[in-house]
Parts: sequence; C-alpha cells; structure tokens
Amino acid sequence: MTSRNLLRIALLASSVLVAATAANAKSLVYCSEGSPENFSPSMNTTGTSLDAARPVYNKLVQFEPGSTTPMPALAESYTASADGLTITFKLRAGVKFHSGVNGFTPTRDLNADDVIWSFERMWKAEHPYAKVSGGAYDYFNDMGMPDLLDSITKTDDLTVVMKLKEPNAPIIANLAMDFATIHSAEYADFLMKKGTPEQFDQIPVGTGSFSFVDYQKDAVIRFKAFDGWAGKPKVDDLIYAITPDPTARYAKLKANECQVMIAPNPADLDAMSKDADVNLLTQAGLNIGYLSMNAQKPPFDKPEVRKAIAMAIDRDAILKEVYQGAGQKAKNPIPPTMWSYDDATVDHEYNPEKAKELLAAAGVKDLATDLWWMPVQRPYNPNAKRMAEMMQADLAKVGITATLVSYEWGEYRKRLQAGEHQLGLLGWTGDNGDPDNFFFLAGCDKDGKPAGQNISKWCDAKFNELMLKARSSTDAAERTKLYQEMQKLHHDGVAWLNIAHSTVFEPTRKSVSGYKVSPFGAHEFQNVDVAE
Amino acid sequence: MFRFLLKRLALTIPTFLALMFITFVMIRLVPGDPVEARRGERGISPERHAELLHEMGLDQPVWKQFLDYAGGIVQGDFGTSIVSKTPILKEFLTLFPATLELTICAMLFAALIGIPAGVFAAARRGGLYDQTLMGVALTGYSMPIFWWGLILILVMSNTLGLTPVSGRVDLIKFYYQPVTGFALIDSILSGQKGAFWDAVRHLILPSIVLGTVPLAVIARMTRSSMLEVLEEDYVRTARAKGLSTRRVIGLHALRNALIPVITSIGLQVGTLLAGAVLTETIFSWPGVGKWLIESIGRRDYPALQGGIMLIAACVIIVNLAVDMLYGLINPRIRYGK
Repeated sequence: MTSRNLLRIALLASSVLVAATAANAKSLVYCSEGSPENFSPSMNTTGTSLDAARPVYNKLVQFEPGSTTPMPALAESYTASADGLTITFKLRAGVKFHSGVNGFTPTRDLNADDVIWSFERMWKAEHPYAKVSGGAYDYFNDMGMPDLLDSITKTDDLTVVMKLKEPNAPIIANLAMDFATIHSAEYADFLMKKGTPEQFDQIPVGTGSFSFVDYQKDAVIRFKAFDGWAGKPKVDDLIYAITPDPTARYAKLKANECQVMIAPNPADLDAMSKDADVNLLTQAGLNIGYLSMNAQKPPFDKPEVRKAIAMAIDRDAILKEVYQGAGQKAKNPIPPTMWSYDDATVDHEYNPEKAKELLAAAGVKDLATDLWWMPVQRPYNPNAKRMAEMMQADLAKVGITATLVSYEWGEYRKRLQAGEHQLGLLGWTGDNGDPDNFFFLAGCDKDGKPAGQNISKWCDAKFNELMLKARSSTDAAERTKLYQEMQKLHHDGVAWLNIAHSTVFEPTRKSVSGYKVSPFGAHEFQNVDVAE
Repeated sequence: MFRFLLKRLALTIPTFLALMFITFVMIRLVPGDPVEARRGERGISPERHAELLHEMGLDQPVWKQFLDYAGGIVQGDFGTSIVSKTPILKEFLTLFPATLELTICAMLFAALIGIPAGVFAAARRGGLYDQTLMGVALTGYSMPIFWWGLILILVMSNTLGLTPVSGRVDLIKFYYQPVTGFALIDSILSGQKGAFWDAVRHLILPSIVLGTVPLAVIARMTRSSMLEVLEEDYVRTARAKGLSTRRVIGLHALRNALIPVITSIGLQVGTLLAGAVLTETIFSWPGVGKWLIESIGRRDYPALQGGIMLIAACVIIVNLAVDMLYGLINPRIRYGK
C-alpha cells in the first residue's frame, strides 16, 4: 500500500471519528471578524488576535467576566508589601497544561518557572524565545513594564516574587491584561529541541478552559473543552467562524450558523432588538471619543477659546446622528462605569451665543482652523468624517472657519502625536479598567513637556502631580479622591472636549446563556452554555 | 506550437520584472509603514519605531531592499509575511485553492448560462427574448456586488432556508482537514456522509454573485459576436446549402463566434482571481483577494508583493491557455509562423 493511500485511510478514519464525536457534542459557534496574527497574546494588540488566543490561556489574575475587577486566576492569592515594592504571588497547585496537537504531552503541572519564562520572554533580550516570531511585545512595553519591573524570582515552585522599582497601583490590573498570559516553559523547550520554535506562537498550549484543535486561515478556529483548574466548560466544542462582514454575521446568527457574534452593524441594531431569536446584550463601553484642541497652537492655548469651542459644538446632535443613540454624552475623560467617576462635573453647555462672547472677549475674530478626522471607524467614533462635518457646521455658526483634514490612519496618528493639528478627533479604549489608563493620555513629563500620547499638548502641573500620587498609592479611597480632583482640573482647563462613550452591543441567540459582555470588548466562553 | 509557447513564455519575463518593480515601489509610496499600521491610537516613540523598522530591514535603502527581494524571487523565495510570520508561498497556497475553486464555479455558471443565452438572443435578434435578455444582462453588469450578495443571502438563506449563509462547510456537522484546499474534493476525501453536498450548497450563492458580471459580459459578447458571424458569407452559403438553422448556428457560426468570447472569459478569470474581494468578504470565503486587500491595510509588503506576483503568474498561465484554446476551437489559427 502506498503512503498516499495510507494517509487517505488515516484521514478517512479520523474524519469518521470526528464526525461521530461531532454528532453528540455540544458546539458553540462564535462569528468572529478576522484571522489572528498568531496565538501569542504577548505579541498582539488587536482584539481579533487576543480573542483567538484567550480560550487557551490564563493569567496570574483575570478580570471577572463582564467586569473590570481583577480576580485571582493562576495565582490563588497575592500580597503586596507595605512599601508597595514587592508583590508575592501564590500559584494554584495541580494546574494542568493541554497536550499540543503537534505531539507535545506535558509531564508536569504549572509552576513558578512558567511564570518567570513568560515574563522574561517579553523583558529580556537574551531569552531564547525573545526574537521568535518577530518578538515585538507592544503591550508589555506600552504599559511601562520594563521601567517598572526590578526582578521576578521564585522562592519555591508555587511562589513568585515580583519586585518593582517604584510603587504602582495599576500593576495588578496590568497583569490581568492579555499580554501577561502564562505559557508553558516545558512546551517551549520541547519545540526548541524539535527545531520548530515558531510553532509556539501558532499552535498554542495553555491552561485555559479550551484547548486548541485547528486553525484554517480566514475560515475557522476550533477549540475543544478542557477539564482544567477552572472546571470543564459547558460546551464541548468552541468554533470561531471567521466572518468579516457584519451583515453576513447577522445573517448567520439568524440562520443559527453561529450563536454569538461580534460587532454588529449599527444599522442592524433596531432589527436585532426586535428579532425574536436574538438577545441584544449591551454594556457601556470602556472608551472615550474626544476632540483634541492643540494647547500649543494659538489661539487654542487660551482656555477660554477652548471653552468657546466646547460650547459651540452641539454634542447632542452628534450623539443622535453619528452614534445613532448607541452612546452616552461624555463630560469626563473616564466612562461612568469606572470607579472614581465624578458625577458632580457640570458639563459644558451648548450655547453658541455664549461661545461667540467668549471668543470676542479673548480677542479672537475670523478664526480659521483645521479640523482633523480619523479615516477609520473606531468603537468610540463610528463615523469621524460625519462628526467633523457636523462640528464644521457648528463652528461656522460662531464665526470659525474649519477646514477638514485627514490622512492615512498611521500617518494621521503620527502627525497628531507631533502636534501638527489645531483641532483633531481621536479617542481611547481602556486596557485594564484602571483610571490611570485614561488619565495618562493628558499626562506630561517632569519638565512639563507633553507625553507621547498627549496629543492635546495640555500640561497642568497640578494634574500631573496628582496623577503620579494616585499611581503610587494603594489606598483605593485616596486614589478615588485624587482622580475626582483630576477630573475637575481636566474639565475646568478644557484639556480636550469629551464627546461620547459608545455603547458596546453583543447579539447572541436566545438559546445562549451565561454570556457576559466584557467592557474591554473581550469575548469569553468559559461559562457559556447553549440549549440544543 | 512549442516555439509559440516558448516565445510567449519568454515575453512574460519583462512583464514579471516590470510588475515586480511597480508593486515594490507603489506599496512604498503609500503613506504609513507596517509598524505604524499596527499601532492605532496607542502611538509609538520615534526611537522604537526606528528600531522595529530596522528589525524588518525596512531602514535599508530602497534599491537594496529591491535587490534583496528580487534575489529571493529568483530563488523561489517570496519572503515572509510581516504580520503572520508565515512564508508567503505557504500562505498563498493555503488560500489560493479557495479562490480558484470559486472562480471556476463562477465562470462555469457564467459560461453555461451566458453562451446559450447570447446565442438564442442572436438567433432571435430584435425579438422580445433578445431585448429582455439584453436588458437583464445590462442590469447584471451594473449590479453592485455587495448589495446583490446580501440580497441573495437574505432571500435564499434567511427567508427560504435553501442555502447556507457563508463559509465553505457546515462547521458543526463536518470537520475535515484540507488536503487539496478544494472543498469539493476534500469533502469527498473526508468520506463523511453529506459533506460533498454540503460543500456544493456553500458554493451556490458565492458562485452566482461572483459569476453575475461575467455572465452579463459573456451573454452580450456572445450575442454581438454571433450576430457578426451570422452575416458572414460562409454562413449564408451554409444556409443556402439547406442546412438546418441549428446546424448552421451550432456547427458553423458558434465555433467562430466563440473566439472573442473565450478571450473575454480568459480576461474575466484573471480579474476574478484577484478581484473577488467583495464576494470573499460577504461569503467569508478564505481566498487570496481578501488577503491582498488586508495586506494593503496592514502594509504587509512581502505578502502584497508576493501575492501580486503569484496571481500575475496565474493570470499569464490562464491567458496562455486561452491562446492554446483558439487553435482547438478553430484549427485555421496556426501558431509559430
């Protein structure tokens, strides 16, 4: 018998076996929107890639499903020293890793070596896997981890000690982010010895509720239930049907070809809310869309001019037209669902007459400005061009001529960062639920120079002082007070014009239970069940 | 014939070189770069940006990058995707069978309906059938593909439940590994009962949508080409000899009338191979068109360059095959002289 025939018979047998299993298994199909770049969250920044790896992995701490609160995961507990410089993680005992579809079989449970391995890959250039698959660890660097970490060591197999260079309150929230996923060091060694280290990022092996089965680019990702430390999930097979078009996703949901879908088309929301087969779940998005007014460019260096712009723009009309009601007018830079939100802030009123008076008082006449709009649709701004057009019309009413400007997305952001604009639209989606992850956007360095992400170039010494103080405090009540004070400074100084926090929608079939919408836009299926 | 083939193949070399150069330069003229493209509002410091560009070799002078790239191509190395870190050839070969399968089915759909429709229209020139058919063909030609695809899904899948919405396989009922990459063949190889029919059902809507414009083009072209041929002396002679209309049209006129139609089919296949983006997007079809468009967005230079070169190779092969077909259809066309 030729080897080709043998292969054919083996394939046939395995297919029959799979088909037989499939008939009895409970499957959940999730209509995702694209293919992942790879399956290692430490290297990815897009929601699509992070979602694709999430079923397989765990972190030391994880966000409670549907919330921004970190809770113990692979670490069953953690304690911080009084000076906030040492965090000790006690790992769970008996945590099993999956077997890989490439022949890997774990011989030991999770231990401290896996934790150290996972962080050092992102941190130490000499780590054997540091350069595998390109090795750009964006989130690890963006969250300032290299500057923050002093050492990560183990005291025994189940105890990891993380020493910091300075106290940092958001660190636990950072560690609940996907980049801090814990990998198997044993699997990495196995692949290195086999001479195929790149498989590490393509065939994931973790401790999560689902083990990886198969991935076919632009078509499907398959996982199967894993009875691990968190218990067996309620469905046997988890299938990601890669469906890039939102209307086709909804059609698939209607036809029961998938039971959960990502990112509905705003135009379909009304039909979905009336659809007898669909549950349209909502959650306030952890985001902010704002109008940056470059405080380094006259006349926007004057707070009263920025205030006039804020009063000239009819944000209620924008909410209605651009967000089609799926958003909430923003008066603070952090969304209302976030702890420390200050509801006492009195928003800038829409008053074109008053805006004109403010401009006149500031000596501004016949002002011509640019107004930049993003060339992409983002969760916090579904249609930046339309928004800019509406703003342009509003500004014209108070005698300001605004010229619309846009660039290719990468170029756009780079130029905003360089402060080339006068007025520009941008926004932010939170990473970890900590207010610091929003306030840093208006932060400046010690010399009073705007930090890289501060595109409005607004620098307020008091604001910065409070931000650093809040970052190093571990007292939640004190931090809340500090952040509320910062919201007042942000508002009074008109650091930027807050526009809206958009609402996140997740349609599921009525047969689905236990699904919770994540404020981060993450998709998690551990507790999800589907009625047959 | 052999000399003709060799000559044609030799002529493709400058085409390839020009294409390689143009794609290489064009993609670099587009603002942004692969590092910027993946950063979004998060931004990046100029130092880190430079470091990452250096790691990708994109800080080298463009002429050096081009020579390195061209050197790789000569050795059959199309490079590695910046995004997925997978060799381009491997990525292309994973996705291409899906595009090819869809293109073949769409063209079969278009030709099997378009050619007879065009012949009938020519035979009944000026009649109600002719006018209706040409009206429908014009509508088909100007049909917005996205709208047409979604309407078909709503009617055929959601309302009537006749076809699946999208994808290539019922993901819950069937699971088989791609062996050839062609769903129709793999479903048979899987041995799973009902898998082949399932694959056929998944092909129906995307084939109709992708085949609609070519169908209109083929029908119109067949009609006009047929009308022209029917005026020829030899057709008149055949008629005068007392041959039946069916014989005159089927044997004498159609073979000659088909030559421009086949040229047009060849050109359409070339367009469909790279241009099925909308159909692939609506029907979640894992093909090369969508992959190329995404590569532009991500500034994945190697994927884009390699993908275009490989598709160009396919288009050239198709056109060569079309030229060969002329001889089969009409032996009076000779090669090599």
